Amino acid sequence: MAEKKRSLYTGEENRTWFLKGMRDGIPIGMGYFAVAFALGIAARKAGMSAVQAGIMSITMLASAGQYGAITVIAGGGGYLQMAVTTLIVNLRYLLMSCALSQKVDPELGLGHRFLLSYPITDEIFGIAMTVPGRLNPFYNYGAAMVAAPGWTLGAFLGAAVGAVLPRRVENALSVALYGMFLAIIIPAARKNRIVAGIVAVSMLCSFLFTRIPLLKDISSGMQIILLTVLIAGGAAILFPIDEEGEGGDGNAS
Amino acid sequence: MHHSISVYLLVAAAVIYLIRMLPMTLIRRDLKNPLIRSFLYYVPYVTLAVMTFPAILSATGSSLSAWAGFLAGVALAYVDGNLFRVAICSCGVVYLMELFFC
Repeated sequence: MAEKKRSLYTGEENRTWFLKGMRDGIPIGMGYFAVAFALGIAARKAGMSAVQAGIMSITMLASAGQYGAITVIAGGGGYLQMAVTTLIVNLRYLLMSCALSQKVDPELGLGHRFLLSYPITDEIFGIAMTVPGRLNPFYNYGAAMVAAPGWTLGAFLGAAVGAVLPRRVENALSVALYGMFLAIIIPAARKNRIVAGIVAVSMLCSFLFTRIPLLKDISSGMQIILLTVLIAGGAAILFPIDEEGEGGDGNAS
Repeated sequence: MHHSISVYLLVAAAVIYLIRMLPMTLIRRDLKNPLIRSFLYYVPYVTLAVMTFPAILSATGSSLSAWAGFLAGVALAYVDGNLFRVAICSCGVVYLMELFFC
């Protein structure tokens, strides 16, 4: 069994995928740096030190999740509230982890699975899912090796010196994260008309959720989960992917 | 009751890791159900779209600069798709808009 696992990938393949992951991780790491900088400023305002902001970032590697945690710290909530809030705000990672479990070889060993779980972020998950066929875990390791330091250093510096940043620069940096999200969903929408429709419907519903009474009282973390389950679920029923659908981007429009 | 930031961080980090780790380690085979497969395929696009819009519109100093950054990001992502270039382009457009118009 161990023999079989060992032969899943050759050292040469692993090296190639690791380097490719590092290369694709550079833009993510730079984007993370900018976004984490804003996060560090928020952490500082909640009474955290720069070191704490850095430790938080390297252990959690989560944008919205960390904002949620900072909010709880700032409000002096209980530990249970911290656990529930982080659970809800990060629940999408549960779905991503399910999806990623289908992208790797079923024979992949437990050690790799423990390691692969750490850098499940929107962006690293996003690029990993665009790899054709099965995922070599070293691709994610390479990306994480570049992205995690960017994320950590950004939060540390944001907490340490963020206050001196001009307001305009801070405003500009705060859209970096969304720019990265767009760079993942828009090209996929361009290639696949169903994905395009789903993206449009998602944005519209999300907008309505901020306007309609009662719905707008639902916390943003909960809104994300509700809309994800409803829209992705509806799409799965209406437009089930075909057998090769998973390599979906391969389908030439 | 006094709360320690270290314990806060420990709780949050543990919860986040468990969320990411449990499906990855517990689901050790390919799911055959086409409904589940389709659902998981669509999840990331819905989640990212929902998180981006309309949150981006209130991320900057004015909705004008935010709209400009959003539309610039969509346009560049459509023709280019490089994560870093799209992110920087959005930031740059927001900065210039706020410099000149806001």
